[in-house]
Amino acid sequence: MTTFIEIVRRDLRLSMRHGMDTIMVVMFFVLVILLLPLGVGPEPTVLARISGGMIWVSALLASMLSVERLFQTDYEDGSLELLVIQPFMLELTVTAKVISHWLITGLPLLIIAPLLAGMLHTGKDGFAALLLTLAVGTPLLSLIGSIGAALILGARQGSILLSLLVLPLYIPILIFGVSAVDAAIHGLPWRLPVLILGSLLIGLAPFSVWATAAALRETMRR
Amino acid sequence: MLNRFANPIRFLRLADQIQPWAAILTLVLFAAGLYFALFNSPPDYQQGETVRIMYIHVPSAWMALFCYTLLAITSGVAMIWKHPLANLAGRATAPIGATFTFLALITGSIWGKPMWGTWWVWDARLTSMFILFFLYLGYIALQDAFDNAEGGSKAAAILALVGFINVPIIKFSVDWWNTLHQPASVIKFSGPAIHSTMLTPLLLTALAFKGYYVWLFLINMRGEIAEARCRALQVSQIQNAQVAKVATSDARDAHAD
Amino acid sequence: MVTSSSDRENVYFASDQVACFRGGRTVFVGVTFSINSGGAVLVKGPNGIGKSTMLRILAGLMRPIYGTLKWHDHKTHVEPEIHFKRIHYVGHHDPVKPALTVIENVSFWASLHGTRDHVQSALEEFDIAHLADVPARFLSAGQKRKVNLTRILTAPTRLWLLDEPTTGLDAATVAKFEQCMAAHRNSGGMIILSTHTPLDLPEAQVLNLSDYQPEAAAHDNLY
Repeated sequence: MTTFIEIVRRDLRLSMRHGMDTIMVVMFFVLVILLLPLGVGPEPTVLARISGGMIWVSALLASMLSVERLFQTDYEDGSLELLVIQPFMLELTVTAKVISHWLITGLPLLIIAPLLAGMLHTGKDGFAALLLTLAVGTPLLSLIGSIGAALILGARQGSILLSLLVLPLYIPILIFGVSAVDAAIHGLPWRLPVLILGSLLIGLAPFSVWATAAALRETMRR
Repeated sequence: MLNRFANPIRFLRLADQIQPWAAILTLVLFAAGLYFALFNSPPDYQQGETVRIMYIHVPSAWMALFCYTLLAITSGVAMIWKHPLANLAGRATAPIGATFTFLALITGSIWGKPMWGTWWVWDARLTSMFILFFLYLGYIALQDAFDNAEGGSKAAAILALVGFINVPIIKFSVDWWNTLHQPASVIKFSGPAIHSTMLTPLLLTALAFKGYYVWLFLINMRGEIAEARCRALQVSQIQNAQVAKVATSDARDAHAD
Repeated sequence: MVTSSSDRENVYFASDQVACFRGGRTVFVGVTFSINSGGAVLVKGPNGIGKSTMLRILAGLMRPIYGTLKWHDHKTHVEPEIHFKRIHYVGHHDPVKPALTVIENVSFWASLHGTRDHVQSALEEFDIAHLADVPARFLSAGQKRKVNLTRILTAPTRLWLLDEPTTGLDAATVAKFEQCMAAHRNSGGMIILSTHTPLDLPEAQVLNLSDYQPEAAAHDNLY
């Protein structure tokens, strides 16, 4: 357990030292949202109708862009090969790294999202749904993203490849996240999609961690 | 160990025997299927003559899913038993599956023009096929993204398993999404129960496509095995040259002493 | 030098008929050797013969296609975490994060092995204690290598697997490292090492990988 915390702490500390990198993810998130009214016009009704989808799409892109670095630097400086041969289950190391990725990128998105929702006139009803789906959905994004991040280590054209691998797998998260927000905006019940997202998180977490660890071990054998 | 060395050769011998039969079967079944589809089946009461596109579209969609399942199975075999042919089988299957998916998309789009009045509608099935197409592309791209071909196959195998687990989830989510946004008047692909006169050509072309898959698969496997062999020979040539060089320099040193 | 006296009993590590298959070809076959407490093996052979690959196999980063590694009678791949507890591996890279200070870097790896007690003494061993609070981005390549080597002194393990450990080090540090290796062996440790620079490793067995090349004809049967 101390090892687990030690790995989380190291990644958090590293991201604090590279503070700009973390802020950049949030800035990207905000910028994409800023483009929206400029693209479709400022009418509050139009913005409110598409706000759930837009916030979710930008959260998805922000998470995907940042997850690329999850193992990249460790791979380049040889830390990864040592992490693989530590007397500590690699699956736990992966879990620790995914958690720190979520703390570094998912959590800031969650904090800034209400502000953006306000700017897009999402309204009170959509607010709660948006926060709750993001809270359940962004860890899922980090988990699935980590599989892609592990698979592309050492590949040519890594970042483009990552989007090709990961975005199709993100689709269910997007659909359930947005449909909960939309239902809430229209005053319909929105519990079910949130529950589905929650069960996806619980169901896919062990599998994703296993797949990521397998991909990392495979990377070492190349 | 010995098994490993002999297997590709045994496989090629088997392939030599199966391939002509697969080709003949494909051609015969496809000819029969097309005859029934074009001349010996009634037009649909609702869709008219366009229903005949189904006899290509539906088997293509089935093959798209079938090939992805095979991809997952070969990936599992490759990961668990580390069988070298399993990796190559995945490599050989992926482009065929991607092509069938593409075919299903194109025929769906052609069918959609007279039915919906537009080339593309975000129908649940078409959208799922579209996503499946990208899952295939990801697999193919990942395979070729590494300088070490073996490493690429292994990464792609993990991706295929991850994708396979996700396919039902994606399908479910897209259906969910579609029911939320479905305009009421659209005719769906599923349609009413298929009449038996339509079933005959459908099954015939479906079988023909299976045979076609086997045929193409064997051709691709030949290519993959030859390529793997080329790589091995190239590396071993470098290796032998180096060993020879070391040996002569050792001999020279000994002579100098 | 750090040792725990509790596990001073004789240990035995062996490679039995290990073969490696990589990139569609057999790299080496039948590599067999054994090593006891206090022993050392020098892995030799020209570039590209598979020295690094052999060390990676011994570390458990790669799996041999044939053959086994044994620690006493236990096959190392059965419970890899136990094997990982016994080894330190030094590869081509220095896993040193530029944004962390020297002591943070070393402490992290030490804590993964369960103890931070020896970090300070290990830093002193390589004369980098005065750099402890310097961010690693200011270090030279040689200093980074020192930090990497410090890492393996912070937690006692029985087997050191070193892939050209003295690359980029000055003569004084190389001499220092030779002392460390001698101390490690004296206290019952084992070393398996590859190097292109002469290193003082008394009474080391030589493992020449040129002797384990597959016969040329074997290649033609591959596919």
